[in-house]
Amino acid sequence: MKRVYAKEEYCIGCRLCEIYCILSHSEYKNDLIKAFKKSLQRPPARIQVEEEGALSFALQCRHCDEAYCVKSCITGAMQKDPETGVVFNEKERCVGCWTCIAACPYGAIIKDETSKKIASKCDLCGQNETPYCVQNCPNGALIFSEEPPYKTSVKGGE
Amino acid sequence: MALSYAVPNFLIERDESRCIDCQVCVRQCANEVHKFDEDDEKIVSDTMKCVNCHRCVVLCPTKALTVREFPLEFKKNGHWKSDDIKSIYIQAETGGVLLAGMGNDKPYPIYWDKMLINASQVTNPSIDPLREPMEIKTFLGRKPASLEIENGKLKTKLPPQLELEVPVMFSAMSFGSISLNAHKSLARAAREVGTFFNTGEGGLHRDLADFGDNCIVQVASGRFGVHQEYLDAGSAIEIKIGQGAKPGIGGHLPGEKVGPEVSQTRMIPEGSDAISPAPHHDIYSIEDLRQLIYSLKEATNYKKPVFVKIAAVHNVAAIASGIARAGADVIAIDGFRGGTGAAPLRTRDSVGIPIEFALAAVDTRLRQEGIRNQVSLVIGGSIRNSSDIVKAVALGADAVYIGTAALMALGCHLCQKCYTGKCNWGIATQDPRLVKRLNPEIGARRAANLLKAWKHEIKELLGGMGINALESLRGNRLMLRGIDLTEKELEILGIKAAGE
Repeated sequence: MKRVYAKEEYCIGCRLCEIYCILSHSEYKNDLIKAFKKSLQRPPARIQVEEEGALSFALQCRHCDEAYCVKSCITGAMQKDPETGVVFNEKERCVGCWTCIAACPYGAIIKDETSKKIASKCDLCGQNETPYCVQNCPNGALIFSEEPPYKTSVKGGE
Repeated sequence: MALSYAVPNFLIERDESRCIDCQVCVRQCANEVHKFDEDDEKIVSDTMKCVNCHRCVVLCPTKALTVREFPLEFKKNGHWKSDDIKSIYIQAETGGVLLAGMGNDKPYPIYWDKMLINASQVTNPSIDPLREPMEIKTFLGRKPASLEIENGKLKTKLPPQLELEVPVMFSAMSFGSISLNAHKSLARAAREVGTFFNTGEGGLHRDLADFGDNCIVQVASGRFGVHQEYLDAGSAIEIKIGQGAKPGIGGHLPGEKVGPEVSQTRMIPEGSDAISPAPHHDIYSIEDLRQLIYSLKEATNYKKPVFVKIAAVHNVAAIASGIARAGADVIAIDGFRGGTGAAPLRTRDSVGIPIEFALAAVDTRLRQEGIRNQVSLVIGGSIRNSSDIVKAVALGADAVYIGTAALMALGCHLCQKCYTGKCNWGIATQDPRLVKRLNPEIGARRAANLLKAWKHEIKELLGGMGINALESLRGNRLMLRGIDLTEKELEILGIKAAGE
């Protein structure tokens, strides 16, 4: 499946990915100003830039083939779509127990307490198109592809 | 501590109705202009620190920012302009030499804009480059005075030549003055388009060792990074005598910029200042220059053309003649608009002459002396677009160097603060947080695109003149007419006035 991969050597730590993630999950999908000025209760970005000194990269759900969050979910809210491979959280069934957060080896699941307590995570923007974070990265530091940009021992998140 | 008389140079306007407090501007400004005020929960900007590089303006996702000249006016004075007054305040405070980056920005005449290109009408047909072949391939190097052909084959052994798919090369900018990612961008673009980048006096980083086929290696007065593999790696060797931005002045790369990579590439201790003397201490005459030219040719088995680069100064034609006779294969001349990573402001702005005059004078002189075929002429320091190139070729240039324009393709916004090491575009800096802002994949694509676009335009202009090969335009000054020029200027440029 296509995943979002970060090229940390080109991440400039501007956090535009976080800003566009918020836009993608707001009610105004094409208007940043409205998304930020009209929605006072904004859910947090599902992608987070990690930074230390010159090193920075954007982190979000790896959509693991064998996802620990899915296995650990106590209500069955966290699921992996058998067709698309996207790991997603069904808001209505989530009880906000944070077990998935404890189970995720990447720290990619985020607490959303803007209304009801729920676990929030990357949904690849519904996988209709290239995710907003990738589209709007100003320096090509995020790519959306079948293969990771580098050889890695980590495959499918395992 | 006494009061500083400094006032802001720029005014930052933030449209509050558009600002979403995302703080991209805060994170992107290496000059620390923007700050999020926790008490007021809004972003505030310190105009004193702004250099107007447009990084925040371009990155702002809602385009909420504008930067304009600070509106403060001094009392009107025909002689003392605001720059003159501010310079005095700064020097009275610091006691130091004023530094500047990039090229001379004073409103001297731009002679490219005072020359017009011809086109065919009725009596000779123009050519459509989309339908008919158009040759702009260029060979740089010494050309023999005559050719011997035997049995239909060329018998004369040709001196080494550089083959260019476009008559444009990236001029010398050292690794140290610009970032490794900037070097990588230019190297990849040069390879893609079929031209050359120039190492400048900073050596060739090991990551770029494979780019030798598209690389000119420079040997300058500090001799940094020069060793056998370096000379072997390049396709040509350039001896740098002078630079348009600072004729008669050497270079100084401050120790802060000499990190492990620069140190290794230049072969100097980490953290030490890299000082290039003003003259080469082994070149005090044309004879001495000849010795270095032939030393380098000998070291590379006479397989590579040797360039000699000089700044355009008053007596440039006679100097160029000497260089040709000293055995150089290519003479590169850098005009007074040429850029730099750092130069004393007064030198940058008032030393040297316009490249248009220097080029015309040198080409004329070499022709008069019958030695024009012995050298190729490459000019740089002012080229802004493809019509400047066409005019340069018509005046007698074989090819041009672009430096400033190439950096602009990579993102440079001409804020002229290269010497601070805080380039927000990741170009003139060695700070790893800033260097990574220039992704060489993107940089290479942009620089290559610029050359491809210019290549199309050069062909269009040639076609309009009814010329199907750049060779036929070279030194063809009849294709130019002057506008708004004096008799003397026309005479030096060797062109007729519009209407003549």
